Amino acid sequence: MGNTSSMLTQYDIEEVQEHCNHAFSQQEIVSLYQRFCQLDRNGGGFISADEFMSVPEFAVNPLSQRLLRMLDGLNFKEFVAFLSAFSSRTSLQQKIEFIFKVYDSDCNGKVTFDDVLGVLRDLTGSFMSEQQREKSLTHVLKEAGYTKDSMLDLNDFVKNSYYGSVPISYGHKYFCWTREFGCPFVGFM
Amino acid sequence: MMKSAADTCLDLFDAHAMRAGLFARASQEKNKINGDFSHLSLEDRTRFDALVALRLPHSAALGDQLRWSAMAAELGSPASEIDPDRPIIEEYLPRESIQEPNEKLHLRDLLDISPALTEAAGAIVDDSFTRCFKSNPPEPWNWNIYLFPLWCLGVVIRYGILFPVRVAILTIGWIVFWSAFLPVHFLMTGHDKLKHKIERKLVEMMCSVFVASWTGVVKYHGPRPSMRPQQVFVANHTSMIDFIILEQMTAFAVIMQKHPGWVVCLTSFDCDLGFIQKTILESVGCIWFNRTEAKDREIVARKIREHVHGVDNNPLLIFPEGTCVNNHYTVMFKKGAFELGCAVCPVAIKYNKIFVDAFWNSRKQSFTMHLVQLMTSWAVVCDVWYLEPQFLKPGESPIEFAERVRDIISVRAGLKKVPWDGYLKYSRPSPKHTERKQQIFAESVLRRLEEK
Repeated sequence: MGNTSSMLTQYDIEEVQEHCNHAFSQQEIVSLYQRFCQLDRNGGGFISADEFMSVPEFAVNPLSQRLLRMLDGLNFKEFVAFLSAFSSRTSLQQKIEFIFKVYDSDCNGKVTFDDVLGVLRDLTGSFMSEQQREKSLTHVLKEAGYTKDSMLDLNDFVKNSYYGSVPISYGHKYFCWTREFGCPFVGFM
Repeated sequence: MMKSAADTCLDLFDAHAMRAGLFARASQEKNKINGDFSHLSLEDRTRFDALVALRLPHSAALGDQLRWSAMAAELGSPASEIDPDRPIIEEYLPRESIQEPNEKLHLRDLLDISPALTEAAGAIVDDSFTRCFKSNPPEPWNWNIYLFPLWCLGVVIRYGILFPVRVAILTIGWIVFWSAFLPVHFLMTGHDKLKHKIERKLVEMMCSVFVASWTGVVKYHGPRPSMRPQQVFVANHTSMIDFIILEQMTAFAVIMQKHPGWVVCLTSFDCDLGFIQKTILESVGCIWFNRTEAKDREIVARKIREHVHGVDNNPLLIFPEGTCVNNHYTVMFKKGAFELGCAVCPVAIKYNKIFVDAFWNSRKQSFTMHLVQLMTSWAVVCDVWYLEPQFLKPGESPIEFAERVRDIISVRAGLKKVPWDGYLKYSRPSPKHTERKQQIFAESVLRRLEEK
């Protein structure tokens, strides 16, 4: 019954901390490492898409396929870097950057109408028709001063978040606690 | 980790009392509870606990809210500490529906996919499903100079004395068993009834020998199962030894499931010992089947029905979880046992982890290794409750019935319920769950779009 955390040296932990801009404390990194080893069933040092999908709570998430593109084959450092966006120590600006990355499927720094539509499609599935989706998206874009052909960049995202506009006090801060992980995950915005 | 079940239960109780009492501005309630429960037995405490929950129905929600802030204070606590009262995460995962429902829809609402992302990240970091199948390594207690020699002495006794003695007991048990079983099985062809009775007794004896070989300290509560038709026993499943412990008291017939590559119940045992096991278990009326073959399923369903209605058969025992869970949680019950139209007698089994974790993690350990682990520990301590028979209520579906029985078992054994199917270990969840989330989100978008 070896303790998995003993495989991380102080240097390793510090290196990982450096890599994720100190979003996690050392204790948290040790917990994350234990979880990483748990998910990495075949012990290859990285987590495959299949291993992520073996977590039912992740697999049922409407965005799981989209996230898998970012998650597939992550090693521990990248795994922590991915999760750092969810840390309470990460700035809102960085959290918005993360959301932007989820939208920006071709990684060109621009989010098009189709990108947003794609995410909306994942989120609503068969419960909204394609016309309804396009109509509602066109509507909110117009209302925010954009057109269907606008390319949104990161600044537009910041402007169009609750962070950029008047902060609204109600339920946009989510705390979710985990057992393994003694720290609060502050959701975005 | 080294706490006894009673202590764990106490903690649970205290936590509940705190939540129900303190948070509900009813601290006098709590004082009353804390003041006079010391003389109560374990069962009474749990029952009492249920009473408190009943009496203060509104306090739970409030308590949950406050628990969040209480947990903020827990940040510094070591992650390895296992607290049985920590919440199951899905209760806390944000849902899309949390968004303010009657606000006009803005671009930022559509762009803000943070609830779904947070939920995904939460699942990656920790999830209730994986937790069901996590073995808990024993907490080391040999860390200081006074304890270390004691621990060493313990190791010497456990491996040097107890283990060989237990192997000897087991060997003698097997010899006695076979020398009696074989003649009875092959020679007593005329007297079927007597033959079955003797075989049954022998199997019960052999199971007692097994239990003795891990110094099983088993406390049975409630009336012993009787042999009569029209009843089926269902129990929560932690390890193969559940079966042995129950079989010791009453010769049950069990349903065993075969699956290529992995084995849920008895079958790996069966593979180890092959023919031998099969003869014995068939003599108590066990039923085998292969999950992958639909035809097999039908045959088994028919066999189960025939077995349950037979007058002279051994009572039937089913582990409706279909897989071994670590005795902290219960996963979804399969509905098969609840569709038979007969009395369902719940059996709750709770292991005390003071000496050894009885969970058989079939992915990491062979059954032989699991037995060796049990045989080199000081003792296996467990409680078994035979609970009141339950019947399908009018208008209740078998699934609801299964849930109700699962409730009863979980409360009795102090287990947490998770909504997952144990077979998800081997397959993906159905798209229904995803669709449900999509539906909630889509409805919220559509509703808010109409708010002009």
